Amino acid sequence: MKVNLRVNGQKRTVDVSPDMPLLWALRDELDLKGTKFGCGAAMCGACTVHVDGVPTRSCVIPAAAVQGKEIKTIEGLSADGTHALQRAWEELDVPQCGYCQAGQIMSAAALLEKTPRPTDAQIDTAMNGNLCRCATYLRIKQAIHRAAELKVEATQAGAPRSLRGAK
Amino acid sequence: MSARPTVPAAAVTRRDFLRVSAIAGGGILLASYLEPLSAFETAGARGAAEPSLGAYIRITPDGIVTIVAKNPECGQGVRTMLPMLIADELDVDWKDVRVEQAGLDTVRYQAQVAGGSTATPTNWLPMRRVGAAGRAMLVAAAAQQWGVPAGECETDKGVVRHRASGKSASYGALATAAASLPSPDLATVKLKEPKDFRIIGTRVRNVDMKKIVTGAPLYGIDVTVPGMKYATFVKSPVFGGKVASANLDVIRKLPGVRQAFVVDGGTALNGLLGGVAIVADSWWAAKSARQKLDVAWNEGATAQQSSAGFARQAAELAKQAPQRSLRKDGDAAAALAAAAKTVSGSYYYPFIAHAPLEPQNCTAHFRDGAMEIWTNSQLPEQGRALVARTLGLKDDTITVHMVRSGGGFGRRLNNDYMVEAAWIAREAGVPVKLLWTREDDMQHDFYRPGGFHNFTGGVDAAGRLVAWSDHFVSFGEGQSFAPSANIGAGEFPARFIPNFALDASVMPIGMPTGALRAPGSNGISYAVQGFIDELAHAAGRDPLQFRLDLLAAEQPAPSPPATGAGPQPVLFDGARMRGVVELVREKSGWGRKLPRGSGMGVAFHFSHRGYFAEVVQASVSRAGVLKVEKVWVAGDVGSQIINPSNAENQVQGAVLDGLAQALAQEITFAKGRTEQSNFHDFHLLRHAQAVPVEVHFLTTTFPPTGLGEPALPPVVPAICNAISAATGKRVRRLPLSRTDLRWG
Repeated sequence: MKVNLRVNGQKRTVDVSPDMPLLWALRDELDLKGTKFGCGAAMCGACTVHVDGVPTRSCVIPAAAVQGKEIKTIEGLSADGTHALQRAWEELDVPQCGYCQAGQIMSAAALLEKTPRPTDAQIDTAMNGNLCRCATYLRIKQAIHRAAELKVEATQAGAPRSLRGAK
Repeated sequence: MSARPTVPAAAVTRRDFLRVSAIAGGGILLASYLEPLSAFETAGARGAAEPSLGAYIRITPDGIVTIVAKNPECGQGVRTMLPMLIADELDVDWKDVRVEQAGLDTVRYQAQVAGGSTATPTNWLPMRRVGAAGRAMLVAAAAQQWGVPAGECETDKGVVRHRASGKSASYGALATAAASLPSPDLATVKLKEPKDFRIIGTRVRNVDMKKIVTGAPLYGIDVTVPGMKYATFVKSPVFGGKVASANLDVIRKLPGVRQAFVVDGGTALNGLLGGVAIVADSWWAAKSARQKLDVAWNEGATAQQSSAGFARQAAELAKQAPQRSLRKDGDAAAALAAAAKTVSGSYYYPFIAHAPLEPQNCTAHFRDGAMEIWTNSQLPEQGRALVARTLGLKDDTITVHMVRSGGGFGRRLNNDYMVEAAWIAREAGVPVKLLWTREDDMQHDFYRPGGFHNFTGGVDAAGRLVAWSDHFVSFGEGQSFAPSANIGAGEFPARFIPNFALDASVMPIGMPTGALRAPGSNGISYAVQGFIDELAHAAGRDPLQFRLDLLAAEQPAPSPPATGAGPQPVLFDGARMRGVVELVREKSGWGRKLPRGSGMGVAFHFSHRGYFAEVVQASVSRAGVLKVEKVWVAGDVGSQIINPSNAENQVQGAVLDGLAQALAQEITFAKGRTEQSNFHDFHLLRHAQAVPVEVHFLTTTFPPTGLGEPALPPVVPAICNAISAATGKRVRRLPLSRTDLRWG
């Protein structure tokens, strides 16, 4: 079936089976490889994207179910890789294998939208669905705190919106 | 994503290679002899009889320096670390360096391996020599142009200078001239003094960072080849089972399905096994078709095996005389009889899956008799050999591109997914990306084997450990252990106790086993360091001081181990271990008074040439709820931490990996099948479970060694020893989720 999607601000149409999860429409139909497959059962968070701003496991939600909604993937988080989280991830050298990190960043981005200065406990709660097999959790937490600082600094400095990581 | 084709393997000499490089133009390419390695260290790579050439450096006139990273990257940071070694000696600015992944070309690069924490010890000098040779050639080119002695020239971040004349030239301007010069003797080329390092020893971030944080295609699963189809491969749930029949006619008619066929496969568990391949227009179509697949399997004898059965056999074997002796020093039986106190304990650790987050996958394309493969294997050379053997191809008709992997942990030392992809692609006649489901990955792993240690130990009236006996019950047949189910005859505490007996008995197993991060060590350390704690307690001694005293009782180099053949492992050095035990004592504030229900535990382990001692602080509620609070780590991996950022990251990750293993990881078998299937019943650590890990490195005078593995083993027993300190309860079986920790 034809499914009309809005992905990273662009209208995209895919011809897929009604039950194809959004993950595979993104990866294999739209060639957006940043969103990862880890478990296929919403248990690892590697496939996290935003659907109308809400962090969503794209491996279990059919593409057909999110027609008309605004989908954002890691590729659309910022135009040039300078979202506060992306900069913080670089600054703290977070990844090891890196495979889970797109999902981690997308979950963290949704967290910061709602909770600009999260506590450790809020980070644990918001991020607990995102597994990191390399266990870079300590740096992820540091990087989320750092990104929160960077966003505040950028706002205070009147930086362009893209630097603030806004939608 | 596209990957550059590898250069066909050819026997080139150094002179030939430099000439070819100059003709190719645009700069300079450098070749190098690699440090000879023992078979033990290269994890199966060929011996070093014939040194081979490698090409590592390209400098273009714009001053951009491209450095080739030769090894597979699976998160251990080697794609960043190896080029750092070259760049520092070459004396270039790291910001001008671009890193390029080599394809599989073992003529040029020799060992291209991710395993055994070998990249640092085997490349520390050879990669630096490559860089130093490059620098020397650029200096020589400048000296020649200026008519001055090379010895009067100096370099600074990509520029050669001659102070007296005030002349200077960039590497980019000199590269072509340098390429026509003879390369210096790599064995004698002058290397920097460590005090002059400008890149080594600094925090250099992951070279793939930008791609990782922006979601650019990077991993095996991201490979796309024009005209590619997608495959799923359904194997018998009982390991090694064969297809008796399958409803392929039904499957072939399903939407998107192009082909469905039976693969007969062989019998080797690490080769091509029997199954049904479904090739479709999309992976989702292939996977959906799989839900309708109905296969009758010839399950074979493994269907009779189970975890419960292994436990029963292990208990029986423990009661019987051991099948064989691995080591005997002094007279353990007599010393135990004479000891002031003796303790006996049976320790068990379970099977564990690797569960890298990127499920197994591989892309293959067979055309005109040649195979092209994109793989994230940790041992691509062995994968190529397996494909060649299984498909009847010659090595030189197989091109292998090495793609970053989403975690290895030892799982990708096996190449089962690679030979499956190659076979299916040849059958299908189109490029095929094979992708496993998480369930495939969990149920067709090469598991960390479980093990059973039956200890008796004795201490004398002075509280010294004088006798040790371990009857290790493991898996294997006859004189051989199943992969990674072995124990070394030199394994600690051998050589530290005068009366020592290590015996073994094995039972056959039909499930595949293999190396998991710090193989062997990750289970043995738990058992040995737990039992040492019991003996310290029996002796009424502080467990950390008891260990220091034990380490001081090192016996001189032993007679050859009873098991004989093969390269000798590196000997455990008690003095180096004492250094890290003392450091972790200081850093953790060992010995401070804690309330009942809280405790500190210590353990150490030597593996992969690394010395690690770790202290855990934990609390256990009366209801038995465990909270690991903090881990202190002291490690000695020699004279230089090459990349402190990644070193700390690796150690923290390894420690938290060990925490995850201890807390809840267990694979069980029933009727020859793995019972777990996904992350709901095989538990990786989650954010809220991560605890602070404080990392300290002890700098010593020894050559630098690897960090992917050796920090993992000690944390597991340190947790258990902390629990014991908190509750008085010993943890003799893992995981902790199956252990009753209530107290009081």
